[in-house]
Amino acid sequence: MSILSTPGGVIRGHLQSSPNVRRRKVRGEVVRGLYIAATVSAVAALVVLLISIWTRGASGLDWAFVTNMASSRAERAGLQTALLGSLWIIAFTALIAIPVGIGAAIYLEEYAPRTWWTRILQTNISNLAGVPSVVYGLLGLGIFAEILALGRTIITGALTMALLILPIIIISSQEAIRAVPLSLRQGAFALGATPWQVVRHHVLPAAMPGILTGTILALSRAVGETAPLLVAGATGYANFNPGGIFDGYTVLPIQIFNWTGRPQDEFREIAAAGIIVLMIVLLSMNSVAIFLRYRFSKRMRW
Amino acid sequence: MSSLRSPLRHLTSFGVMLALIASFAIAPLGTAIAQDSTPGAGGEFDAAPYEAPADGVEGEIITDGSSTVFPITQAAAEEFSNIVDGVDITVDFSGTGGGFERFCEGETAISNASRAIAEDEVAICAENGVDYYEFEVAFDGITVVVPESNTELTCISVETLAAVWAPDSEITNLNQINPELSDLELDLYGPGTDSGTFDYFTDAIVGEEGASREDYTPSEDDQVLVEGVSNSEGGFGYFGYSYFAANEDVLNAVAVAQSPDLSDCVLPSPETIQDGTYAPLSRPLYVYVTAQQLQEDPALQEFMRFYLANAEELAVLAEYIGSPEETYAEDVERLETAIDGSGTPDSQSTPDA
Repeated sequence: MSILSTPGGVIRGHLQSSPNVRRRKVRGEVVRGLYIAATVSAVAALVVLLISIWTRGASGLDWAFVTNMASSRAERAGLQTALLGSLWIIAFTALIAIPVGIGAAIYLEEYAPRTWWTRILQTNISNLAGVPSVVYGLLGLGIFAEILALGRTIITGALTMALLILPIIIISSQEAIRAVPLSLRQGAFALGATPWQVVRHHVLPAAMPGILTGTILALSRAVGETAPLLVAGATGYANFNPGGIFDGYTVLPIQIFNWTGRPQDEFREIAAAGIIVLMIVLLSMNSVAIFLRYRFSKRMRW
Repeated sequence: MSSLRSPLRHLTSFGVMLALIASFAIAPLGTAIAQDSTPGAGGEFDAAPYEAPADGVEGEIITDGSSTVFPITQAAAEEFSNIVDGVDITVDFSGTGGGFERFCEGETAISNASRAIAEDEVAICAENGVDYYEFEVAFDGITVVVPESNTELTCISVETLAAVWAPDSEITNLNQINPELSDLELDLYGPGTDSGTFDYFTDAIVGEEGASREDYTPSEDDQVLVEGVSNSEGGFGYFGYSYFAANEDVLNAVAVAQSPDLSDCVLPSPETIQDGTYAPLSRPLYVYVTAQQLQEDPALQEFMRFYLANAEELAVLAEYIGSPEETYAEDVERLETAIDGSGTPDSQSTPDA
């Protein structure tokens, strides 16, 4: 009692000398070190990956590599067909998945009554986000390519990819919408706004940075996915560029996968160069996400 | 105040972004990037005996099948489109079995195969009314390999090889193959069960298709096998000759002898594979073509004319070994009878025992 009631200096002096406290401080330092190590190892893995790919692939990287068609000869092979295939797929995936995904998120957050039925929906969307991507590929092959007879075409690939990223878009959009302060909605309702007016004029603009970030990150995931399209019908080689949604196609990851399997060393070099191009596509999509987030959050005032 | 107007702007920018993404994909399809962007390096390939039709052809050809044959058909499609415009060809690599599955459903026009069509596949094709012709386009030799450091094992008999790879094989050490060799634990690598190479090897060596020991490292990716064998002192495995040829600096090929006393050891090489002395592991590679479509579709007719007239060169281009000249001559002849309908599809003729 007397120790506790003495001025601070004494307590501090007492605590510093206690072996118990020193042990706790050491433990604190150790844990801090572990966290730093965890952060560094994640970044280090990325750096090592980038360096090893860059050293292997940089020599094969030039403009002709991007504009050449695929070829059976490594020195002539290029990415044009695969790059265009990826862009077609991603464009139509976005056109399908974004409106549906954001719409579903708005419904679930702003309109849906909190019933057992909504809870089942919600749980299942979360479960869908965890389904392995190859399963979506099989689904796409079975439903879109076979039953709907769309064949192994761009529209089949885009629908498959849209299904794959829908849960991610819904969940991230929901979180962005949920983060909008309730007072904003209440204010609007108090002024007599309809639910749609509240959503359109207040909730959506405020949630937009979060929605966009989640959506673009989901789209980047779709760009890098190989397994579902391998199953749902991207081809290994096409001698033509896709010109419509009912054309056959190939995409960047599958072109790269195909090259890594060839016996000649030159193909593995251009595979590394292909990975660099894929990384550039992904990184630029991610920077668009960061930029948009920055722009929208700066404009938002409440 | 501004928050009343700005949401519209947000939505518009959002739409603009979507439109941007879409136009990114569609814009270059116009004239921005020319279709034929690979001049220069050409010239090494002479499409000699083939003449493109004057009025051109248009169409779509879907092919699938063996990843081993993929490079040859890919080369054919690529060189063909340098001469003839307007035929869209896709080449896929689902494996020989996966390819036949689609082929017998009538989904593909051409099926690449690293082995002849199997009985159960023949039955499915017949059930669906798919008639086909078989054309031999190249030769490949399955090569038995050890790492470069292993200079002891230079020849192995078919019998011993069968003993090593038989189901429940007890051979785990180099000195069990030959007691005079050193005491070295074997580290086995081979293709996975979906591969035509696996089917062919087990059939030719073990004696029953699909019969193999299971305690080895399987991979459908031959490059994984190359790295596995070359990086392990006791490495021992088998895969296609082109993968050995591209990695001769880190691998040694083991000669194969048909007699148990090793009196007739033959190393795989382009010559021994083509003339068949590298037996029983040299195998022909095929393409299967639907008879119906071959009679009706000018695009397929022209593509196959080009393919078979240039098959040897295409095979070499893809780093395989050409089949004997007579085989190609016969292929070309049979193709014409297939096109005019006077030939008998291979699916109709009784399979040779």
